[in-house]
Amino acid sequence: MTATGRHLPSAALALALVAGGFSVTLFAGPAAAQEAAQPAAQEPAEATWEAIRFDVVGDTAIATGEGVVAIEAPYRAHDAAIVPIDVTAHLPQGRTVKRMTLVIDENPAPVAATFTFGEPQADMAVSTRVRINSYSWVRAIVEADDGSLYMSKRYVKASGGCSAPALKDADAALAQLGKMKVRFPEGGDKAAAATSTPIAVPSASTAADAGGAKRLKAQIMIRHPNYSGLQMNQLTQLYIPAHFVNDIEISQGGRMLLKMEGGISLSEDPTIAFDFVSNGSPVLDVKAIDTDGQVFSGAFPVDTGRS
Amino acid sequence: MRHALAAASLVAVLVVAAPVAGFAASGNDAAVAADATPSGTAPTAATAAALATIVPLAVAEVAPGVFVHEAPFALIAPANRGDIANLGFIVGDDAVAVIDTGGSVATGAALLAAVRAHTDKPVRYVVNTHVHPDHLAGNAAFAREGAKIVGHHKLARALAARAPFYREQANRQLAPADAAQSDFLAPDIAVEGTMRLDLGGRELVLEAHPTAHTDADLSVLDVESGTWFLGDLLFAGHLPSLDGSLTGWLAEMDRLAERPVARVVPGHGPRAMAWPDALVPQRRYLARIAADVRALIAEGRSISAAAESAGLSERDAWALFDEFNPHNATAAFQELEWE
Repeated sequence: MTATGRHLPSAALALALVAGGFSVTLFAGPAAAQEAAQPAAQEPAEATWEAIRFDVVGDTAIATGEGVVAIEAPYRAHDAAIVPIDVTAHLPQGRTVKRMTLVIDENPAPVAATFTFGEPQADMAVSTRVRINSYSWVRAIVEADDGSLYMSKRYVKASGGCSAPALKDADAALAQLGKMKVRFPEGGDKAAAATSTPIAVPSASTAADAGGAKRLKAQIMIRHPNYSGLQMNQLTQLYIPAHFVNDIEISQGGRMLLKMEGGISLSEDPTIAFDFVSNGSPVLDVKAIDTDGQVFSGAFPVDTGRS
Repeated sequence: MRHALAAASLVAVLVVAAPVAGFAASGNDAAVAADATPSGTAPTAATAAALATIVPLAVAEVAPGVFVHEAPFALIAPANRGDIANLGFIVGDDAVAVIDTGGSVATGAALLAAVRAHTDKPVRYVVNTHVHPDHLAGNAAFAREGAKIVGHHKLARALAARAPFYREQANRQLAPADAAQSDFLAPDIAVEGTMRLDLGGRELVLEAHPTAHTDADLSVLDVESGTWFLGDLLFAGHLPSLDGSLTGWLAEMDRLAERPVARVVPGHGPRAMAWPDALVPQRRYLARIAADVRALIAEGRSISAAAESAGLSERDAWALFDEFNPHNATAAFQELEWE
C-alpha cells in the first residue's frame, strides 16, 4: 500500500511475544504473584525495556519524545483491566507520522498494539484502553515517515489486569460479540487534551496541514471479550485460550485511515479513538478480525460534528 | 469455660450434620457416630481444638433467631483478615443457614464460632449472596463441617472465571498464612428464579436477581421475621461498588423497593434497616453516576474524565468514596457508552 522501508517488526513480533508470554506465565505464575505482593517502593529502573528494546525497534536510535510525543495514563489505575491511554504527537520539520507502537514493559506480551496511519499527517492522536498486569512503564514510540523514532513514557501502578476478568455480565458479552459502534466525539476531549498535554496542537496549523480540510475525531468500539490468554477457568484449571481482536482497519471512502495490529493487551470491548482529516467521503468503513479468524465489519456515516 | 462448651457441642453438631454431608452412608453410621467419644473421632477433635482458640465474631440478634455480624467499613487487609462484609445466620428448629462467610477462611471460622456460641444445631446451608471474596472466601470453614453451599445459578461460572485472580488478590491483601488457605469453593446448589430452604419450622426464600451489583446476586428472605438479607444489592454508608450493570441495578432497585418487609440487612452498612428507606442514598448515588456519565459521553469526554469527575457531588455522603468511585465511574462509562 505504501513504501515499507524501515519499520517496526510489529505483527510478527506481537505474535512471537504472545506465544512467549503465554508459556512464561504458565510456568512462572506463583513467582509473578509473589512479585506482585511486594511492589517496588520506587519507580523501577528500565531493565525490562533494555531487555526487550532490540526486539521492539532493533538498533534504530530513539529520540526523546519530549515536546513531540505525549502519553497520558493514570499513575494509579482505577481498574487494571481498563486503563485509559491517550497518545498525541506533533512531528517537527515536515515529518509525518507513519506508525505508533504502544509498549507495556511488564506485560507478558509487551507490545500492546501497533497503529499505522494511512494518510501523511504531522499530528496524531490515539486513545485506547489496555490491561496492565503489574507496575509498569507504558511507552508510545512514534515512527516518522523518514524512519526516525520518538518515544515518551508514563509509569502506571496496576496489578493483575491481564488475568482480571473484566466481564461483568458474561451472558450480555456473548450475546453482543462483534457488535460495533462508532462515535464522533467532538469538542470535549479535544479541549481537555489541549489543557492536559504538553503538546500544543493549534487547530489553525492543523487545518493548514490538511489544506483547510476538517479534522475529526472518531471512536471505534467493538464488543469482544478480548481474552488475553492469561485468564484461567477454575473448573477446568485451563487457561482460557487467547481470543482477541488483532486487526482493525478503518477507512473512509476506500482510503485507509488507521490500522491496528496486535491488540493482545487491549481491554475487553476494545476501543480506539483517533483524529483524522476527513477526505469528504460520507462513510467510515471498519473491518476487524479476531484471533479465531472471525471478521466483523460495519459502515458508519461520518458525522462531521456540530459546526 | 465457654470455649470448652463450644468444643463439646461441636461434636454433637457434626453427628447431626454427617448425613447431610455424605460422610455417613446410613442412619446406622450416624447412630454409631453419636455413641463415639470425642477422642474417637480425630478430625472432630482437631477441629474442635482449633475452634477453641478462635475468637467468635460479634453478632447481634436483629429478630428472633436472626443474627447479623456488622462489619466495619474497610478494604481487605492483613489485620482485618477480610472481615469487612456483613454476615449472618438464621436458626430454625432443625438447622442453621449462614449467609455469607467473610473474606478469609479465618473469618469464616470466627463466624462459625459465633454460630456455636448461640446454637448446637448443624449448619445445613451456606448461602452466598454473590461472587466477591469478602462475602464467600470463608466458605471452606463451613464446607468442612458438612454445609451445602448455595448460590445464584451464575455463581459457579463467575467463580470459575474469577477465582484464580481472586487468589492472586488474596496474596496481595491478606497475611500469607490467611492467603494460603484461600479456596473459592463453587456452590453445591444453584438457584434460578426462587428457591425455598426449610430449616425446620422456618422457611427461607432465596431469589436470584437479574444483573445488578454483579451478574450473580442472590437475596435471602426469612419469612417468619420478614428479615431480608440483600447482600451487596444494598450498600448503606459504604459507597456502592459496581461490578454488574448500572442500568440493571437501577431497574432492580425499583422492583426491590416495592416489597413489604420488616427490615433489610445490607451487605455493607448497619446490621438492620427500615425498608425501603434504606435504599434512598444508594439510589441517589447510582442515579447521579448515571446522569454524570451520560452527560460526559454526550459531551464527547473520555473515560478518564469520568473517573475524575463523575459522582463527585456525592463525595461527602459516603465512606470509601475515593476507593470505589473512580472504578464505578469507569465501569459506568464502559456500559453507558454503548447506549
